[in-house]
Amino acid sequence: MPDLVIRNLHATIADTDTEILKGIDLEMSRGEIHAIMGPNGSGKSTLSHVLMGHPGYEVTAGEVLFMGEDLLDMAADERSRAGLFLSFQYPFAVPGVTVANFIRMAVNAHRKGGPDGADDPIRIPEFRKQLQEAMELLEIDKSMSSRSLNDGFSGGEKKRFEILQMAMLKPKIAILDETDSGLDIDALRIVSGGINALVGDDMGALIITHYQRILDHVKPDRIHVLMDGRIVRSGGPELAHELEASGYAGIAEEVSA
Amino acid sequence: MGSIETPDVGLGDYKWGFHDEENPVIKTERGLDEDIIRQISAHKGEPQWMLDFRLESYEIFKSKPMPNWGADLTGIDFDEIYYYLKPAEANARSWDDVPETIKNTFERLGIPEAERKFLAGVGAQYESEVIYHSLKTELEDQGVLFLDTDQALLQHEDLFREHWATIIPPADNKFAALNSAVWSGGSFIYVPPGVRIEQPLQAYFRINAQNMGQFERTLIIVDEGAYVHYVEGCTAPTYSSDSLHSAVVEILVKKGGRCRYTTIQNWSNNVYNLVTKRAVAEEDATMEWVDGNLGSKVTMKYPAVILKGERAHGEILSIAFAGEGQHQDAGGKVTHVAPNTTSVITSKSISKDGGRSSYRGLLRVNKDAEESKSKVVCDALIIDPESRTDTYPYINIAADQVDIGHEATVSKLGEEQIYYLMSRGLSEAEASALIVAGFIEPITKELPLEYAVELNRLIQLQMEGSVG
Repeated sequence: MPDLVIRNLHATIADTDTEILKGIDLEMSRGEIHAIMGPNGSGKSTLSHVLMGHPGYEVTAGEVLFMGEDLLDMAADERSRAGLFLSFQYPFAVPGVTVANFIRMAVNAHRKGGPDGADDPIRIPEFRKQLQEAMELLEIDKSMSSRSLNDGFSGGEKKRFEILQMAMLKPKIAILDETDSGLDIDALRIVSGGINALVGDDMGALIITHYQRILDHVKPDRIHVLMDGRIVRSGGPELAHELEASGYAGIAEEVSA
Repeated sequence: MGSIETPDVGLGDYKWGFHDEENPVIKTERGLDEDIIRQISAHKGEPQWMLDFRLESYEIFKSKPMPNWGADLTGIDFDEIYYYLKPAEANARSWDDVPETIKNTFERLGIPEAERKFLAGVGAQYESEVIYHSLKTELEDQGVLFLDTDQALLQHEDLFREHWATIIPPADNKFAALNSAVWSGGSFIYVPPGVRIEQPLQAYFRINAQNMGQFERTLIIVDEGAYVHYVEGCTAPTYSSDSLHSAVVEILVKKGGRCRYTTIQNWSNNVYNLVTKRAVAEEDATMEWVDGNLGSKVTMKYPAVILKGERAHGEILSIAFAGEGQHQDAGGKVTHVAPNTTSVITSKSISKDGGRSSYRGLLRVNKDAEESKSKVVCDALIIDPESRTDTYPYINIAADQVDIGHEATVSKLGEEQIYYLMSRGLSEAEASALIVAGFIEPITKELPLEYAVELNRLIQLQMEGSVG
């Protein structure tokens, strides 16, 4: 069975009848890169948050299996510890908590309750070494690790720190929600380089994007077009270029035809 | 790295709510009258002037109405309180000489251990009297005085009388008058010119008996160019009826001296905590209050600094945590008297489970205090919709050419912010404790590591049960 299996997923905004996802089917595994493309308001971000466990959405039908387990039955922290990661489009600031302290807590949360139930906090020299390597990969200045998480960071810096967290938490499947937005060309190159270095046999990525810009740097195996809460087309990398040429409008016409 | 630890989940409630069996040497009758004051004074063998001072103060106390602002004090019944309780015969210099039960209590509170590890001196007050006192020999040899206030009156009467009640006279407010009438215990510190005490001196205040009133009185004199960091901690058992803690703390920091006074108040939720604290800073002197209020039923406390000499600097860092049934009415007061004086007030409050925290601050710049600078920042964090925060900033500027800044923010602990942290693997409780720890970080980073860890631990304890 694929690592992530989404079947007929329907979701509304919590406590309303506003349905955003209207039956999503998708399968992917580690080692694969999938891209979900779609116009504004098609449900891309909602899909990423429903998968991560955002309290503001309600799943009304369908199922999601992650590593063979019922993902929808887990709280957001359990999903994270099971190996799912979401790079937020708009990460939150946590004033007074340094990047290094926060990431160490997160790493230790993932090392909690091992096979024998005991915690296994990472040794500080080992943590420092890993953090330094990941920061070098993403060309982040060393001094940044002692700043408060996302507090006063530029949009581009926030995105880089999302990928830094991904590098440190080593998820099985990472969802990257509009990671390219707000990045200048150099930052896009660095962030994409980081993603390419991290995705491999042990990790897959689900890239959610409006533009195909990031897909020039991170090559997807599959592309899915999301419109009005449904995947209306799936295909290989060539689909991105078709979209580039005809736009979402072209696909919409073709689908309704 | 390392100042914020992973919260322990499931530790339980207020940890210091246990009590010992009472075995007092002396305990006055419930309630207060002139006779009780005479008993206290006679028992202490005080000079006549102190008895006169007490009796005058008692008249002032009776004549003053209860404050009609701030927190609700209608639950205080002055007739129900025991005003003086002496738990042990002598003030010991060695823990071995402290009665077993009391010694065990302070062991549980970790005081002897802290003393061995990182303190220059320790005082331990139990009910009305200081039952243990120590000071490192090398500090004694340098002329440092650190003893309980009763002993200071008997042993150093001239120095004592020169400064006694000069900064907070009995008529200052009703509770200062009450303290002046029935005071007992507290710390007396004198740091001679140029002496810098690098490790903190700590006093620990413990109320044990039910309906107890604790009225310690602290007087600190930091002579020219000297430095001291004094730390106080307080706990009490949990009872269904109320106790009263009403202290007075006066501090004089002479030219070029510096005093830092740190409080971690963790009274049980049946204690009314009504304290008057004020310092005078002379030329080039620095006074810093670090005031942490976590416990008590009601706290009204506004540490004050009077910047009396040119270039004096005052700093107040206040943190309040109001949980269920608690009202923390805290803040600070700064008066700029001399030119070129500077001050900073930083207040952080957290309200949860229907608790209420209020920031009440007064910044006054007198006419002559030209070129003074002050910055006031108060931030409130509300954990749930049942809780409340208020800000009462009073600013009164009579001088020209001053630089005053004031910022206030109120934030709510957001579901989405918690979700963001949970998406990284932290549990809901860990996520909210981390946000709170970050919120108070500007205060905790000013504390010695041991206290920062303790404060974070207490906050985590308070945060438990706040999330489903």
